[in-house]
Amino acid sequence: MADAANGPLGAKSSEVHVGFMPLTDCAPLVVASEMGFDRRHGVKLVLHREVSWANIRDKLGVGNFDCAHMLAPMPIAAALGLGRASDLIVAPMALSLNGNAITVSNRLYAEMRDADEAATQAGGMSAARALAAVVRTRQQQGREPLALGMVYPFSCHNYDLRYWLAAAGIDPDNDVNLIVVPPPLSVEALKTGRVDGFCVGQPWNSVAVAEDEGVIVATKSELWAMSPEKVLGVREDWAAKNPALVSDLVRALVTACQWLDEPENREQAARILARPEYVGISEEILAGPLTGALRRGGGLADIVDPDLVVFHRGHANFPWRSHALWILTQMIRWGQVREPFDLKALTERVFRTDLYREAVAALGVPVPLSDDKQEGGDGVGVFFGSGRFDPNAALSYLRDLEIRNSGTDLAAFAALNS
Amino acid sequence: MSANPDSALKILVIDENPIRRAIIESGLAEAGFTSVTVLANTTRLIDHIYTLDPDVVLIDLENPSRDVLEQMFQVSRVVRRPIAMFVDKSDKTEIEAAIDAGVSAYIVDGLRKERVKPILETTMTRFRAFTRLQAELEEVKGALKERKIIEKAKGILMKRRGLDEEKAYELLRKTAMSQGRRIADVAQALVSSADLLGD
Repeated sequence: MADAANGPLGAKSSEVHVGFMPLTDCAPLVVASEMGFDRRHGVKLVLHREVSWANIRDKLGVGNFDCAHMLAPMPIAAALGLGRASDLIVAPMALSLNGNAITVSNRLYAEMRDADEAATQAGGMSAARALAAVVRTRQQQGREPLALGMVYPFSCHNYDLRYWLAAAGIDPDNDVNLIVVPPPLSVEALKTGRVDGFCVGQPWNSVAVAEDEGVIVATKSELWAMSPEKVLGVREDWAAKNPALVSDLVRALVTACQWLDEPENREQAARILARPEYVGISEEILAGPLTGALRRGGGLADIVDPDLVVFHRGHANFPWRSHALWILTQMIRWGQVREPFDLKALTERVFRTDLYREAVAALGVPVPLSDDKQEGGDGVGVFFGSGRFDPNAALSYLRDLEIRNSGTDLAAFAALNS
Repeated sequence: MSANPDSALKILVIDENPIRRAIIESGLAEAGFTSVTVLANTTRLIDHIYTLDPDVVLIDLENPSRDVLEQMFQVSRVVRRPIAMFVDKSDKTEIEAAIDAGVSAYIVDGLRKERVKPILETTMTRFRAFTRLQAELEEVKGALKERKIIEKAKGILMKRRGLDEEKAYELLRKTAMSQGRRIADVAQALVSSADLLGD
């Protein structure tokens, strides 16, 4: 489609450069390109494989890419000026929900089993109880605190892992050492004892199990069903200058997500992602988390869960502002941001439901009426055990969380957000 | 070799590429730096940084441990260090943006050992300037907050004691002097108690 502001969509102007990390959930970008969904919607994706989230952010910021596969908290962190300053990044769509898992070393798994076998076997939120017992015992014995890895300070891996620990009474800042472990180095870190466990995206949990180095004790879908994970990040100014291109891009990626959500296509997706230019991990290992049949290791029964990673159904691509808000509550909870700011204004600026609605209208994709939703409670789905998150009461929710960083003045946040 | 005031700088180099590593190593040696540690892999990066306590870190941009360094420097201001990054292909805007973003310097294509020293010096200078700028910004923010509190306290005094603005400020200043406290602290105490009294 030609657009006056864009100029005619020739070969050049429809080219979109996109950065991605070699993880299972880069699939929408890879599939859009491999299956030609991009060209069908008038864009041409040029994929750039990256090695670190810092590179993704910097290269998007300086214009090496037009858009990128991003951790959902990254655009939010950028808007708050956290980490290194960068341009404002907006998310016109989510790329996937769920998909991560918490894996522990065989040694830690044995300690957890000895401490509380039933909780360990039950997995999910229960497994944290077994871990808490291990943490206490180790403290009593004066042993080193456990080291747990996650992929990036501004990641749902960090917030999910912290939530899981805190729910069982473990203070993530004082009872354990949380460190960043880049995904491709995670299995090695487990093997050498650098970390006792990690929360990372697939396929790395499954690689650890396949190499008999670790056991999956919880999946993200067990902690919080349909929880936010990756988004499409674009620079705000680029989106403003290229509205038609952004729409075409979103349509191409939503089409790829629809294709990916068909169970019969997941094997083929694993085959494509296995190629060295994408994830470069064997098709067999990628197929587990993609098809919903996950080997846990440690002699435990497989997890069968079609929601291990969700690409489209259940409004998966809708950039829920309540998801952004939840992420903000966690940034405040753990002291990553202390200066009060207008939470609602920020979620509205960064999670662009308007761009999504406009783009998918032509596809006939149903969209929710509201930009926010409740998490947990009857009929809404699992949210960290029996928890709830009401986006209309974000600050009182935050105040009620027992374990949190004490250095933040919640009253000041409340005053500004009343 | 001329005396180098920075020769005692502790430098940590992280690069998987042996050729580049060799260039940097010999460049640093020729520039008179004696305390240089070179890491080819990053499996124990955090331990190394704590043990070595380097003054500057040089890392390959294509190293996944960039994310590890970022977390470290976020968690602890104490270990925040200048970082320079190597990148084989880059353009001017990328370098400039990276420097603006707080990365101290980028080392670009065609790295020669003669260039190592000036790059290192630029890195240190940029880092110091950036740190100073940030400290100044924090100060300005703090000052602004204090001014707002003083304004608020003046307002309370004007209303409750029927003083004009100048007299209200004078009262605050005198109280601070007689108690040996800062005006901002007295103002803060006044505002807090006024809040408590429901004023």
